[in-house]
Amino acid sequence: MSVILDVQALDVRIPLAQGMLHPVRDVSFAVERGETLCIVGESGCGKSLTSLALMDLLPRRAERRAARLIFAGEDLTRASEARMTDLRGNKMAMIFQEPMTSLNPSYSIGNQLEEALLRHRRIGRREATDRAIYLLEKVGITAAASRLTQYPHQLSGGLRQRVMIAMALMCGPDLIIADEPTTALDVTIQAQILHLLAQLQREFKMGLILITHDLGIVARVATRVAVMYAGQIVETGTVAELFARPLHPYTQGLLRCIPVPGRTKRGTHLGSIPGIVPNLIGDLVGCSFHNRCEHAYESCAATDVSQREIAPGRAYRCLLTAEQCAANAAKAAA
Amino acid sequence: MLAYAAKRICLALLVALTVSIISFGLLRLSGDLAQALAGQSSTAADVEALRKAYGLDQPLTVQYLEWAGKVLAGDFGDSFFFKEPVAAMLAQRLPVTMLLGASALTFALVLAVPLGVVAAMRPNSWIDRLALTLAVLGQALPSFWFALMLMIVFGLTLRWLPISGTGTWQHFVMPSIALGYYATPAIMRLTRAGMMEVMASDYIRTARAKGLRMPTVLFKHALRNAVIPVVALAAVQFGFMLGGSIVIETIFALHGVGYLAWESITRADFPVVQAIVLVLASIYVVLTLLADLLNAFLDPRIRIA
Ligand SMILES: Nc1ncnc2c1ncn2[C@@H]1O[C@H](COP(=O)(O)OP(=O)(O)OP(=O)(O)O)[C@@H](O)[C@H]1O
Ligand code: SF4
Ligand SMILES: [Mg+2]
Repeated sequence: MSVILDVQALDVRIPLAQGMLHPVRDVSFAVERGETLCIVGESGCGKSLTSLALMDLLPRRAERRAARLIFAGEDLTRASEARMTDLRGNKMAMIFQEPMTSLNPSYSIGNQLEEALLRHRRIGRREATDRAIYLLEKVGITAAASRLTQYPHQLSGGLRQRVMIAMALMCGPDLIIADEPTTALDVTIQAQILHLLAQLQREFKMGLILITHDLGIVARVATRVAVMYAGQIVETGTVAELFARPLHPYTQGLLRCIPVPGRTKRGTHLGSIPGIVPNLIGDLVGCSFHNRCEHAYESCAATDVSQREIAPGRAYRCLLTAEQCAANAAKAAA
Repeated sequence: MLAYAAKRICLALLVALTVSIISFGLLRLSGDLAQALAGQSSTAADVEALRKAYGLDQPLTVQYLEWAGKVLAGDFGDSFFFKEPVAAMLAQRLPVTMLLGASALTFALVLAVPLGVVAAMRPNSWIDRLALTLAVLGQALPSFWFALMLMIVFGLTLRWLPISGTGTWQHFVMPSIALGYYATPAIMRLTRAGMMEVMASDYIRTARAKGLRMPTVLFKHALRNAVIPVVALAAVQFGFMLGGSIVIETIFALHGVGYLAWESITRADFPVVQAIVLVLASIYVVLTLLADLLNAFLDPRIRIA
């Protein structure tokens, strides 16, 4: 399988009155065609800014730097704004968290769907309409043709998110970035939308980056997982490896937090990791997790930790050896 | 939309009714009408005869209904001064004032909306500061002073434009600027605030994520939503301009309703003043109604409720 997106050492910095915010730190990962990479992590760890950095849609003050940012063989660090405009919505598309506010209230669904295709392809409105109807049906919207003349306020949240998905698919992109596409929706709708995304991703052989903080979702749809903490990726691996043998103490803590059907008794207090996330203004010294890590020792607070790759696509960011990490996990489980 | 429109129209009719009662009262409160009609050197018997002839001895409600009926039929009575129908005088002067108002509003919109958009795009840049300075100046300068300055510079010194009269379109340039400039600060600031808010919204991010080019994002997705409140403001400003035309028309001797109002006040020609108050207020009511309907039309959340 071919790599569609290759990110090396991505950094985002935002100058603020209190100092330089550094919310994305040395982030590296790759996504292949036809696979789903899930990025998980607590609120505020930099997931959204990472995805906006990939699309070059960061807030104006923000500054992006990357050692490598290659999309479909093209170096995006050198791409002009005009080139990025040609790629956005065309080769790389994005689905946002807030379906209620992500559609323009003044234009019909049909207008907003067709516009993406009319912008990137030399085709007529009729064809664009046909494609919009086809995709609305694909995302499970009934009476698709009659929906085209409706306005966003006439649709429920779940329907709007389906429209957003159809919109992302209009030009047949190679990569879709979905930033917590279901957090704003009812639980039952959440499952339907995720199932739909996973199915479309397989059908159209796209790369999918799915951002979430729900590990249950990850277990069901991910090919590979990247765990983020305080702006860094602290562990990556295939979903099977990562769930079976989590290495980083933070990943291990996260996995202990999810209830397991049948095993976790009703009403048991879910484990959560004590402590607070470090301030992301300025430089961090040592491991970003050391103030919350139960295995921390002297070096952790003083030594910068770089990513250790133990196999292709399997890496973690901790001073402990993989054996020590595995032993810790085994001890905690016992 | 239909229900909404019906509600708005009812409201407008109610306001119009109130306005008519007030302007009716205006004339009655201005003193003894029969005395005014009869003149200084009349006898008490003459005054009584006139009072009977004009129905001024009837109860007020009867007088009002009779008067309102005539007004609806386009009869505003006769001018005390010219002894000719007020309606004919208004018909002659109103087009001038409406033209002045329309060109002043156009000037204000053409200047203020683009400035507001640019200021919103580059907050705190030199162009934003310039726009803000213009806005502060616009609100600080009295309009008559600004009109006089225009007259001195462009009329007397440079001799580019005529300083008084109604003959050609050139006669309207300075009055339109003097009248319209006053409305630019409010329109500009509302456009700027609207654009800033809209540009930060999620659907603008969606539009950019679709790969739309900046002009499409700005003009199709942002401006359309940002100008909705500007429409209502423009209607209100147009109303203010009709009022402001009294000053501007007098300064430039533009023969519109405003100038007529000024002349009639100095001559104590109450029927004319009353008719002007009524007509200008009614135009204002109609404008606000149209603005509401246009607003609704621009916003599908109201149009398709
Ligand atoms: N425009 C901005 N200006 C300043 N700080 C920002 C901006 N956007 C995000 N941040 C900060 O950057 C950090 C990372 O934000 P980000 O939105 O990427 O988090 P996230 O992982 O997506 O969180 P969530 O799960 O809540 O969506 C946060 O601390 C946030 O407060
Ligand atoms: S480096 Fe130290 S503090 Fe950081 S995760 Fe590993 S053990 Fe914990
Ligand atoms: Mg986010």
